[in-house]
Amino acid sequence: MLVPLSWLKEYVEIDVSPKELEEKLFSCGFEVEELYELGKDIDGVVVGAVTSCEPIPETHLSLCQVDAGSHGSFQVCCGADNVRAGQKFPLALVGAHVYATAKDHVTVEGIMQIKKGKLRGYESVGMLCSGTELGLTEDLYPGAGYNGLLVLPEDAEAGADVKPILGLDDWMFDISVTANRPDCQSIYGIAREVAAVLGKEIKAPALDYTETDVKKEGFTVTVEAQDLCPRYIGHYVYDVKIEPSPAWMRRRLALVGIGAISNIVDITNYILKELGQPMHAFDYNYIGGNRINVRRAKDGEKIVTLDEKEFTLNSSNLVICDGAKPVALAGIMGGLNSEIIDTTTEVLFESAKFAHDNIRKTSRALGQSSDASALYVKGVCEYTTVMAMKRALHLIEELGCGKVSSTHAEVSTGNSVEPRPLAVSVKKVNGVLGIEVSDADILRILKALNFAPVLKGDELTLQIPAYREDMESYPDVAEEVIRMYGYEHVKGTFMPTAEVTAGGLNLRQRTELKLKRALCAAGACEGMHYSFFSPSDLNLLRLPQDAPERNAIELLNPINVDLSLMRTTLAPQMLHAIARNQKRGILEGRIFELGNRFIPKSLPLTEYPDERETLCVGVFGKEESFFTLKGFAQTVAKTLGLTFSYEAGTRSFLHPYQTAEIICEGENVGYLGTLAYEIADEMDMRVPAYLLEIDLKKLSKWYGKPQVFVPLPKFAEEKRDFAFVADKSITCAQIETAIRESCSYVTDIHLFDVYEGAQLGADKKSMAFSVVFTPKDEEFTAEMVEGYVKKILKHLERDPGVTLRA
Amino acid sequence: MKEKLQKIREKAIAEIESSQGMERLNEVRSAILGKKGELTAVLKGMKDVAPEDRPKVGQWVNEAREAIENRLAEKMKKLEAEALRRKYESEKIDVTMPAKLHAAGKLHPVTQVRNQLVDIFGSMGFDVYEGTEIETDFYNFTALNIPRDHPARDMQDTFYLSPEFLLRTQTSAGQIHVMEEKKPPIKIISPGKVFRSDDDATHSPMFCQMEGLVVDKGITLCDLKGILDVFVQKIFGENTTTRLRPSYFPFTEPSVEVDVSCFQCGGKGCKLCKGTGWIEVLGAGVVNTKVLRDCGIDTDVYSGFAFGIGMDRIAMLKYGINNIKLLFESDLRVLDQIDD
Repeated sequence: MLVPLSWLKEYVEIDVSPKELEEKLFSCGFEVEELYELGKDIDGVVVGAVTSCEPIPETHLSLCQVDAGSHGSFQVCCGADNVRAGQKFPLALVGAHVYATAKDHVTVEGIMQIKKGKLRGYESVGMLCSGTELGLTEDLYPGAGYNGLLVLPEDAEAGADVKPILGLDDWMFDISVTANRPDCQSIYGIAREVAAVLGKEIKAPALDYTETDVKKEGFTVTVEAQDLCPRYIGHYVYDVKIEPSPAWMRRRLALVGIGAISNIVDITNYILKELGQPMHAFDYNYIGGNRINVRRAKDGEKIVTLDEKEFTLNSSNLVICDGAKPVALAGIMGGLNSEIIDTTTEVLFESAKFAHDNIRKTSRALGQSSDASALYVKGVCEYTTVMAMKRALHLIEELGCGKVSSTHAEVSTGNSVEPRPLAVSVKKVNGVLGIEVSDADILRILKALNFAPVLKGDELTLQIPAYREDMESYPDVAEEVIRMYGYEHVKGTFMPTAEVTAGGLNLRQRTELKLKRALCAAGACEGMHYSFFSPSDLNLLRLPQDAPERNAIELLNPINVDLSLMRTTLAPQMLHAIARNQKRGILEGRIFELGNRFIPKSLPLTEYPDERETLCVGVFGKEESFFTLKGFAQTVAKTLGLTFSYEAGTRSFLHPYQTAEIICEGENVGYLGTLAYEIADEMDMRVPAYLLEIDLKKLSKWYGKPQVFVPLPKFAEEKRDFAFVADKSITCAQIETAIRESCSYVTDIHLFDVYEGAQLGADKKSMAFSVVFTPKDEEFTAEMVEGYVKKILKHLERDPGVTLRA
Repeated sequence: MKEKLQKIREKAIAEIESSQGMERLNEVRSAILGKKGELTAVLKGMKDVAPEDRPKVGQWVNEAREAIENRLAEKMKKLEAEALRRKYESEKIDVTMPAKLHAAGKLHPVTQVRNQLVDIFGSMGFDVYEGTEIETDFYNFTALNIPRDHPARDMQDTFYLSPEFLLRTQTSAGQIHVMEEKKPPIKIISPGKVFRSDDDATHSPMFCQMEGLVVDKGITLCDLKGILDVFVQKIFGENTTTRLRPSYFPFTEPSVEVDVSCFQCGGKGCKLCKGTGWIEVLGAGVVNTKVLRDCGIDTDVYSGFAFGIGMDRIAMLKYGINNIKLLFESDLRVLDQIDD
């Protein structure tokens, strides 16, 4: 919110610098996002009195001698049509900065520095300036809108800085106001805070006016929708003469970014900025039926607002109607049908409070907003609603632009606008803060905030002004005290009254971190992807229509369709990550992600869905293979102290012959495999990719296996190598299982070579294993091991049918 | 006999000396000292020597044998040393060639920050509570004193899954579950993913927060400051200080923004802190008594504080990561950098 220092000073004496004021505001909860001098881009411009002015032949230029007081006297060539001897204009001295304008002399194109020049052979030292070149408009300074030189007052002293004369030495504060302080969404609201923080008196804007005996007989206001409009005030003003508003008002509006329109409209905008109360003025001539009715719109009812946009309304929109039709979209914008025009002579002023959520909903639904609706959305209090009408009527008189009738209609639900009492314990206030603020300081602060504090023992009684709707109990009082007392008084303590607690990670959290570290040690980097993905990701995976992954929770309002489903698998985003890396020239890598999949128990959601912690590993590159990926599955198993087994499996997005199910204690816990080539092609991958997903929620029941030391074998182990000839269809796991089944002394089996060749036969392969036998209670003899080997070979010959290679 | 032995000895030594490799040396050894070797033959012929000469001849033979063996050993040592030298020489490498690595991967930068936070707060007695990413309107808003018409609930900011369920917009949502499930003393941190409907150069629709909550007897604003001072000093360095300034959050009263002194310039003012000397890192406050009461906590006995930290913001500040989107793209050039 823009706040000009000069406007603020109308209500409070400010004897600190703008920078100090910024710090004061900051310390009490109002961050100044930007602080700048209005004329920040202008320097070196002084009052120049033109002492002589001769036309330069055959040009539109004039050769002027300009007296700049103590700066000296300068010859300046000037092209403006209003340059005259005996008048005073802004003179930009050599080295000065002013705005550069385009050929039209109106459009600002940047900042320029004045240099000595020569025009048509005449030396020109400095430049006489227009209003535009000083960043001024007609509203900011009368005469500044002229497309020629800006004429300065006759009493301006030659050589004096023009900034104070033109108001360019004013400071602008752009203040951000938190949502709990709608009462500070105005210049006066900020002034109240400034007065409190500087310890100064607040000077309220004048609210007095005189009602005449004139009445609008029969005029009535009804509020049908009282739930959406707790207070509506209408006042009739007559003998209105539409004119421009005075320069001081136009300047203030211009400073805060509002263009002047006419005295009546400007008064409503002025009050909006001054007090934070949106007001509206109707041309009474166009109010039919001598009445105002505040009601919900009828379905299909139409209104054209001041900006000539037509809206079709429904019963969730609030409208201000005359006897027959809507004349304003409540709290958002007036209707075109009752707009103030040059010939307006009678005006109905409106000051009202509308429910902020209703204004917000209507504003959003219709896509129509205004400064007024923005204020209503933040919250307007009825105290200000009442004050604003008085202020408007005062300004009517002050500006002399109409007469105040005695027709005043006010409908309210009876909410008080008087201060309300609040009693709190000082001990509790200090208890929130943890420091002892003295009674004197507390009283000083709360008095400055207009809370009229009275202290009796520990009980502090306050009278809370109606505009402080946020003040409810002792923590609110504590906040007021500390923000004015200063947060620097809060000194760190270490919970001296709290109980000691243990803290730290629980078993699942600890195990997951251990798992992450193991995966890192295996060379994978941890990635993190969005919890939502695209419906097209499900198609990318070639998932059949009835695949469980397609049963995904939809976002009602996604940013776009690509972020519209809660993910049911981590695979697609991992594939995108792999493809993205390859596109960026990274042709090998290992990534893992540990995140949630979202499995609905019902759709649409009626209960919390299952958020399943899932591990996804993606590896890619020429050196990677199904088996390097399988190493990651084994890393998981080893880290958790589990044993995984693997069976050939299928997934719609994986290689039909390089995919495995991961089984733990008979339960399927995940899959791994080589990415299907057609998907790799579709994603423009240049090297193969491999993908694994493990359901950690399933594994979590085995987390925290006791760590038990197994003593080293007492007796020497025996190792034997075998080369078997087997049908190609026989798997490593079959042989391993058979070996284990046939001898309980086998503790390790390791496949170390696979060979296929013509001499074995087309459908045969050779597989070489090394097998470790570990003795239990006694030392092995050669005969014992020989016996085990024989037993194993016999078993293998029978099942699955392999023989020792000759 | 003596001459014969002398000849054998000289010949053997000559042959040893001229041997160029181990193999040849072994041939020489067996030709002289082997079963059918020349010297062995002399020993075998001892029976033909007169008994009285035998000790003398035996001594000569032994002397010759010893000399030859010594020479052999010497030569062998020389050859071995030579072979080792050659092997070394043949394995000469260019040490300036690139290293071969099987580098370990790295934890995500946000995980690294999270681990640090867990260490800091865990050591101060905070449990780690992870709520759910999908929450109800009640836990995410209503119970946190964010009334139904609060702008923060607007469809513009919040992702809804149904009229009741949504993606949590703040890890504060977990607070209420904890206070419902547990009675004071409560000390938790709650790290996790949160979601807001913002997607532009500086916003990501998903980001990572960590909520902290303490509810116990006599907890004050000073305690909040004390705990946060420890946290920022551990994360940003011992000389870091905090500054509290008033702010507004519906679930705390009073509410504060917490700035830390700029760890890059030490508070003098630089590009990182935009010349102010301070960096905004988190929001906090004394838990609103309304929120506590709604969870059945007696506010005459208990009070608390809460704070919310942007973990990705900390990671970005701490490591100088210039774009939040980089955290969620899994570009290995990004993921492989930070190991804190």
